[in-house]
Amino acid sequence: MKILITVRGDFIAPRFDLTAEVIVATCYDHQLLEEPRSIILSEFSAEKMCDLVLKENINVVVCGAIEEKHYQFLTWKKIAVIDSVIGPFKDAMELAVINTLASGSILPGANLSGVTS
Amino acid sequence: MKSTFTLQSLPELMELLNAIPHGVVLLDTDLCIVAMNRFLEAMTGFTAHEAVGVYGDFILRSNLSGNDQFCKKVLEDGQSVVRDGNIINKSRLIIPIHFTISRIVKEGRPTGVLIVLEDMSALQAAKVDYLGSKARSEIIGHSHQMEAIFELMAVLARTDASVLITGETGTGKDQIAEQLHKSSSRARQPFVKVNCGALPEALLESELFGHVKGAFTGALNDHVGMFRLADKGTIFLTEIGDLSLQLQVKLLSVLDDQEFYPVGSSKKVSVNVRVIAATHRTLKEEVLRGRFREDLYYRLNVLHLHMPPLRERDGDVRLLLDYFLRHFSEALGKNFQGFSRKAIKLLTHYSYPGNVRELRNIVEYAVNICQQAQIDVEDLPQFVVKPPPQVPRQPAIHAQSLTSSIFPDSSAARSISSWAEVEKQKIMDTLKQTGGKRSEAAELLGWGRTTLWRKLKKYGLN
Repeated sequence: MKILITVRGDFIAPRFDLTAEVIVATCYDHQLLEEPRSIILSEFSAEKMCDLVLKENINVVVCGAIEEKHYQFLTWKKIAVIDSVIGPFKDAMELAVINTLASGSILPGANLSGVTS
Repeated sequence: MKSTFTLQSLPELMELLNAIPHGVVLLDTDLCIVAMNRFLEAMTGFTAHEAVGVYGDFILRSNLSGNDQFCKKVLEDGQSVVRDGNIINKSRLIIPIHFTISRIVKEGRPTGVLIVLEDMSALQAAKVDYLGSKARSEIIGHSHQMEAIFELMAVLARTDASVLITGETGTGKDQIAEQLHKSSSRARQPFVKVNCGALPEALLESELFGHVKGAFTGALNDHVGMFRLADKGTIFLTEIGDLSLQLQVKLLSVLDDQEFYPVGSSKKVSVNVRVIAATHRTLKEEVLRGRFREDLYYRLNVLHLHMPPLRERDGDVRLLLDYFLRHFSEALGKNFQGFSRKAIKLLTHYSYPGNVRELRNIVEYAVNICQQAQIDVEDLPQFVVKPPPQVPRQPAIHAQSLTSSIFPDSSAARSISSWAEVEKQKIMDTLKQTGGKRSEAAELLGWGRTTLWRKLKKYGLN
């Protein structure tokens, strides 16, 4: 299973359409198969992000805010979207790998002050 | 959470925030949420309970390129920031928002940031309807030509590109320009109208671009100029076809760079102005004649709107007649029962060379003259009842047709492209006809001998 997480710094990016970096992780049987890799995007675009998701054969997308039309497009393409997740992307990834991350989750790290963009 | 707000004040504060009919969020100096009102809870989909302590940007999810950048700036310098943007809520709905970010200071030191989020979706939806209706509210017409204009106007109002409006005199070019401005996002900003044909060149340059004190004799004070007056708004350059070539160059550079030097100044001025230009001339032909710069023509002609003459607008004459009759009747306190059948027949068959302006004046004349309850033929101006012999209309004289009519059998006619050349050729042909006798040629041309001599000298025909 391939997971894509939209990130900003150490946290999940607040907006899917304004994401400049994604982390792609491959897992099997609730375990990561390899070191997650980072992809830097040349521009902000929800459409290009959807293209990337399809090109990378992603199964699960973890993101912050996503517009309904992009959400519908991805689910129509049989991609699971876990949106409105707030918190450090590493924690989110761990939960996504073991299949316990839910949409709208606010992870403990999000309460930390001093978050940098 | 390093909140600088005292807990005792929070319940009172929450009560206050909940009374505000906009989304309000209070951030501490680390830009984490201290409090948010119910309105914002509904707007974002997050409850205050889960949002408190979370980094503000993660809850608001706005498109203000890194919301925290603005908040940090406001925290630092204390200057409030107002921005239009949007947020995506938990229901994945994108909401247009008018953000106002202000700093909160307690005992002389900043204690947090207050963000007010005004939901603009209702206003924007209303604006779309308004654009459609407003664009045509003061321009009357239900012909398919005008319907096409109204449709185009709604599109043009949403862009910021230059617009060129062409059309015969009296077709309503000024009205269209004003409506475009009023329907655009610049509506709150100034709309400045400049008639390029009304002022001499030197004065026009100073009027358009301004001048500094002492730039020329009589420049006793600095003059701002129309372009700077129209900053952030729209400048409407009517009769752009009458602009001199020298000023066309300057205008082109302003359109390209949005910068210019006022007359006599060495300091460059930057402006953000949308240009709408209008002319009754056919600019393409002016370009061919060398009177209008081609580059400026293409720069202005980004979006082109051609106003049809009234005689081509099917059914609009009757509509306009009724409209203006009602308008002038109300203004004069009279109560007319419309036009007689004969008058209507005459008015609907009239060609209206002056277009809507002429029609308006005809109705105004009739309303003032008429003493009965119904306007009849005798109440109409004489030029409508007995029109003078028709001169073939030449709204834009084409150089080629002009020359071929003057020189029906001249082989040079086809290549002539300017009036100077036409005139030169005309003199030469007349001189050939009179065998070189200048006094006879002058008589044939309808000029005095000195005029002919002057023109011969001008064209180097001595």
